[in-house]
Amino acid sequence: MEAMTKDLWVFVETNENGTAKNVGIELLTPGKEMAEKQGGTLVAVVIGNHIDAAVQAASEHGADKIIVVEGPKFQHYTTDAYVIAMTALIEKYAPTSMLIGATNNGRDLGPRLACRIKTGLTADCTALDIDEESGNVAWTRPAFGGNLMATILCPNHRPQLGTVRPGVFKKSEPGEAKAEIMKEDISVSQELIRTKVVEVLNDVGAELINLEEAEIIVSGGRGVGGPEGFVLVRSLAEVLGATVGASRAAVDSGWIPHAHQVGQTGKTVAPKVYIACGISGAIQHRAGMSGADCIVAINKDPDAPIFDVADYGIVGDLFEVLPVLTAEVKKSRM
Amino acid sequence: MNILVCIKQVPDTTEIRIDPVTNTLIRAGVPSIVNPFDAYALEAAARIKDKDPKTQIIVLSMGPEQAKTALKECLGIAADKAYLVSDRVFGGSDTLATSYIISESIKKVEALEGRFDAIFCGKQAIDGDTAQVGPEIAEHLGYPQVTYALEAEVDGAALKIRKETENGAEIIEIQMPCVITYTKPSFEPRYPTIKRKMAANRVAIPTITAAGLPTINLEQVGLKGSPTKVKNTFVPQKKTGGIKIQQETNEESAKKLFQLMSDAKIL
Repeated sequence: MEAMTKDLWVFVETNENGTAKNVGIELLTPGKEMAEKQGGTLVAVVIGNHIDAAVQAASEHGADKIIVVEGPKFQHYTTDAYVIAMTALIEKYAPTSMLIGATNNGRDLGPRLACRIKTGLTADCTALDIDEESGNVAWTRPAFGGNLMATILCPNHRPQLGTVRPGVFKKSEPGEAKAEIMKEDISVSQELIRTKVVEVLNDVGAELINLEEAEIIVSGGRGVGGPEGFVLVRSLAEVLGATVGASRAAVDSGWIPHAHQVGQTGKTVAPKVYIACGISGAIQHRAGMSGADCIVAINKDPDAPIFDVADYGIVGDLFEVLPVLTAEVKKSRM
Repeated sequence: MNILVCIKQVPDTTEIRIDPVTNTLIRAGVPSIVNPFDAYALEAAARIKDKDPKTQIIVLSMGPEQAKTALKECLGIAADKAYLVSDRVFGGSDTLATSYIISESIKKVEALEGRFDAIFCGKQAIDGDTAQVGPEIAEHLGYPQVTYALEAEVDGAALKIRKETENGAEIIEIQMPCVITYTKPSFEPRYPTIKRKMAANRVAIPTITAAGLPTINLEQVGLKGSPTKVKNTFVPQKKTGGIKIQQETNEESAKKLFQLMSDAKIL
């Protein structure tokens, strides 16, 4: 490996249509700050196929340089192709650290890459800084179901790697796109890709279940009472342009698929607004949603623990509250 | 089929409390459980064995002596044999060091039990929540991986994995040997049977120590073999100042909530 640079990298994951996943663009915000503190350059790494839109977004949101790896083999994420590409880039350019969005793919790529280049990775961070004493990245992450926070350093290995939760950092205002573009030609022979996507089973209908990137989430729990109760939850979500979430109790009762589950055995979310309907707020659920900017709780039980974390709480019957709330929102948007 | 399931004994994080004076975790009296995601991995192996009873399922755990309780629970559910990996020199290992120790231990167990066609792990453990050890085991062994798996089906020399994605699911075909990490499926894992439980209690579980791993490089284990170091830990701040709304009627409460949120420009 070449002598280490002061470059800070952000992996900008792409969607199949060539746009950037939000978290990659979000991470340019703390990336810029950290690179500046260290006197280094902010480099976005964009991998995919026909990804001009993603490259443009990274440029507008503050990247100084952009490394672009393009080709049909990178259209659909595979662990093997992406780790090969990333390893080649790291060996060539020797960055000091890299931020990766903690999406399903990011959390698949991160540890595999860390192990291949034998370095440390801190998973699922919710805060980033530069440690003043040592100049290392200070990676802060929750553990024990959110009961404890830990700050982790990787003092003697480079690059320092971390995955960071979507929604924790905000995108910067887009500015002039003036990043230097560096195209890298990386060929991966077919036999090195040892997995094959046989079938893609996206959820039927246009219902969005990308909870990690949702700005507003309306979630239902045991208090919703059954699949019929979710009709009310969905109606409110619809007028708000929100994504539908659920507690484990609702999922285990078979009222809604697991892909909607928020909490320790489901998704971890960080929306601007989280509306919990009929969710008591057990610690497992709170571990998945306490990162929301604003939490609204609607529950019959005034002692439900969800009220401990709520910014706004209605003690009342969700079957009466939700239709009125939905109507009010609808009225205001006409 | 010869399947290895890696499991971890974890504190039931729902029972964890914070000491208000010292601001540290109170671990005493917190029950230990088999990490739920590892239970899903074991269930996936058991479902393969349901279809092909010649399948052997071996469970392996790294941890202190009491982790044998968790291994016995797995024997009671579906596993045929169990191994514990335990040594003081392994203490303080981060994910890279842990996955290295486990991968060396897997080679050791393979010398006794034959080569594993598939290694199943939980997606992550609920105490550390890193989701790193599974993919790192795969890399140490040079095997392909699929993460966020829901179900597995054997198809000749390959596995067909139903994998959870942000948009739904995918079916991935992966050549064996391979490493698969499981998330929560739509079904509940089976319970132990009384008969299996009683048999499990009589089993002496062998322990693999550093001395039993002749090729292991001790520079790569424990605290000194771990690239990441914990600088400090702290308890997250609690939210205060929430507004509770309870008007005469639910309708009034809903309107009040909407008003407050509109005024605060939240909606």
